[in-house]
Amino acid sequence: MTLKKVLVSCLGAAVLGGIVAGGGAVVAQSNEQFIPMLSYRVGPYAAGGTGIFGGFIDYINLLNERDGGINGVKITYEECETEYKPDRALECYERLKNSGPTGASMFNFVATPPVYATMDRTLEDKIPVVAIGYGPAYTADGRVFPYIFPLVTTYWSQNTAKIKFIALQEQCLAQYPDLEGKPDRAAQCFEHAKKGELQGDGLDKLKGKKIVNLYHDSGYGKETKPILDAQAEKYGFQVVYIPVPHPGNEQQSQWLQIRREKPDWVILRGWGVMNPTAITQAARIKFPADRIVGVWWSGAEEDVVPAGDAAIGFIAAALNPAGDQFPAIKQIEELLYSKGKGNMQDPSRVGSVYYNRGIIHGVLNTEAIRKAQEKFGNKPLTGEQVRWGLENLEITEARLKELGLEGVMSPIKISCADHEGGAPVRFHQWNGKQWVLVSDWIATDQSLVRPLVEKEAANYAKEKNLPIRDCSKES
Amino acid sequence: MSFFFEVLIGGLLAGVMYSLVALGFVLIFKASGVLNFAQGSMVLFAALTFVSLTERGINFWLALLATLAIMVVLAILTERIVLRPLVNQPAITLFMATIGLSFLLEGLAQGLWGSQPHGLNLGIPDDVLVIGDMFISTFDLYAAGIAAVLVGALAVFFNKTRVGRALRAVADDHQAALAVGIPLKHIWAIVWAVAGFVALVAGLLWGARQGVQFALTLVALKALPVLILGGFTSVPGAIVGGLIIGASEKLAEVYIGPYVGGGIENWFPYMLALMFLLIRPEGLFGEVHIDRV
Repeated sequence: MTLKKVLVSCLGAAVLGGIVAGGGAVVAQSNEQFIPMLSYRVGPYAAGGTGIFGGFIDYINLLNERDGGINGVKITYEECETEYKPDRALECYERLKNSGPTGASMFNFVATPPVYATMDRTLEDKIPVVAIGYGPAYTADGRVFPYIFPLVTTYWSQNTAKIKFIALQEQCLAQYPDLEGKPDRAAQCFEHAKKGELQGDGLDKLKGKKIVNLYHDSGYGKETKPILDAQAEKYGFQVVYIPVPHPGNEQQSQWLQIRREKPDWVILRGWGVMNPTAITQAARIKFPADRIVGVWWSGAEEDVVPAGDAAIGFIAAALNPAGDQFPAIKQIEELLYSKGKGNMQDPSRVGSVYYNRGIIHGVLNTEAIRKAQEKFGNKPLTGEQVRWGLENLEITEARLKELGLEGVMSPIKISCADHEGGAPVRFHQWNGKQWVLVSDWIATDQSLVRPLVEKEAANYAKEKNLPIRDCSKES
Repeated sequence: MSFFFEVLIGGLLAGVMYSLVALGFVLIFKASGVLNFAQGSMVLFAALTFVSLTERGINFWLALLATLAIMVVLAILTERIVLRPLVNQPAITLFMATIGLSFLLEGLAQGLWGSQPHGLNLGIPDDVLVIGDMFISTFDLYAAGIAAVLVGALAVFFNKTRVGRALRAVADDHQAALAVGIPLKHIWAIVWAVAGFVALVAGLLWGARQGVQFALTLVALKALPVLILGGFTSVPGAIVGGLIIGASEKLAEVYIGPYVGGGIENWFPYMLALMFLLIRPEGLFGEVHIDRV
């Protein structure tokens, strides 16, 4: 063999090897399911972003590390920094929607404005938008919004649970007036409720009460107005709406107005710096922290720590409890963090409220893919196929236990008509060191929410000339 | 009536807090004729550095000194890397440079110390002083006292010291100041260091009020109408402007807000400042600029 032949043979082998190796890479890539991560790790809401996306990514990495993905299909992701800005979120959406072998599986903006902005685009792109615990509530009507999934509980549903929680407190105080002003009132009321000692749901006690809704002056903040008005009419309480301009770092005048109004309760619909500022200002007018009930974007460690002692007693809705005692999180610590593969820059935040919400994001996204695989096969799926998975998603108590996440969230079942699941809500109270649960799962009032959802969705469909799906014909 | 006075006093005290941030802008503007877009980021950087040091077990006063030293180093680096190459460039160029600096500081602060909000307890009592039916925050009273001391010191610095006079000369004309032997680079470094100190004080007080977090950068937005009203070059103007803006925005929110859907205190000060611009473009205490051609 001449030198020339040897060289040609070597070159040929190298090229062939390259093709095979490349082919292998292509095969490897083609067996991947891509999830875009539109995270916000810098900017005013970075604390929430790092926690939620940290938990989300850790859960995905746990599945890849422990199970090799979902039924052999590896889950891949790419982060795109949005800084919680809608224009950047849309830029990331456009950039990543065709990434991965089958395009994006779904988008999780973890911000309400981009959900509004992509509501019509999803129909063309056929990629679902998953909005866990945020977004416009009326998108829960899957007949009008086939690609939007405001999973678990919308703001409207959450608000009905919040009013029920307040009613329970009123019931408890009516039976045990000595608890008024006691720092452990909510905890004691929870104990009485657990023992079945409360003689009613307390909704009749709301008549004549005054509730201030202190809200972030934005689409997000105004979202609950229709449902609160409906509840006020039904139960006979008065609502006073007080807006706080963005970002909410100055609220003196709002709290002076609250002082003048002398409400029985304040609902805090805050986000970011608005939360600790509200809690601090409440203390300055001597308004009791345990008479403020926050939305779940007010109920993380980051919302109360900056307010110091003023936050002790503050209550907020909990989409999920805090804590790292859940088996799946223990596995994350063991398989990822002990090997330096964890996503959180500060591992002490594993198990925090936002982190655990990220875990829920991971569960719902990956379980939807798993469900879709049952119908379409164990291979990378398109957004349209994942949409089917989302629409037929059911997570039972048994499944949560299997996943090692019993108690992190309540079971949910999604359908063609109901893209929410109407899951119940718990409430927790800050004791100065940690969040402590002060209620059981409280069912949302779908008899109030659903008609409103259908009405607003129908209005939207009419305005945009959208078809309304017949769910009886969906398989 | 007592409610009106409670809103008014609360507004005046909040205004002092705005003035604190505005002061930092005034210092830089006096020295370079440039609106320092990075002032809000300096507030965040200083407060985050301080609180992160104390959380690592460093003594309060030591952390304060260390942060101050870091702000001085930052000032020197800003002068060397950002400002010196831009001497005699149009003001808009310097302004653009401060925008870049702002993003750099925001990223640096969060990169170094993380994005988590921190609580900050300065030991200043945050109680309520009850006078009749009125609730006055003791924290705000202390903050006003601190601001008053700071303003007094800065007024002396600008009006009674050689550096202060040199600084005013530099603001007027870089080249002319250099020609008469004023060391421009030293002046700029000194002024940025003093602005860093003011940012630290503002960051600590605002941080104790709302927590040390990214939103501290946004307090700069509260300072802009104060500057328009009080004048970009006047220390007393920053104080008087702050008081007017603070009081008027609170009164407007409480008494006009309910008739227009509320939430007006963000734009009301800007509207007030714009109206004021029509009457007195240089602000209450700003220097009247006359160009002879």
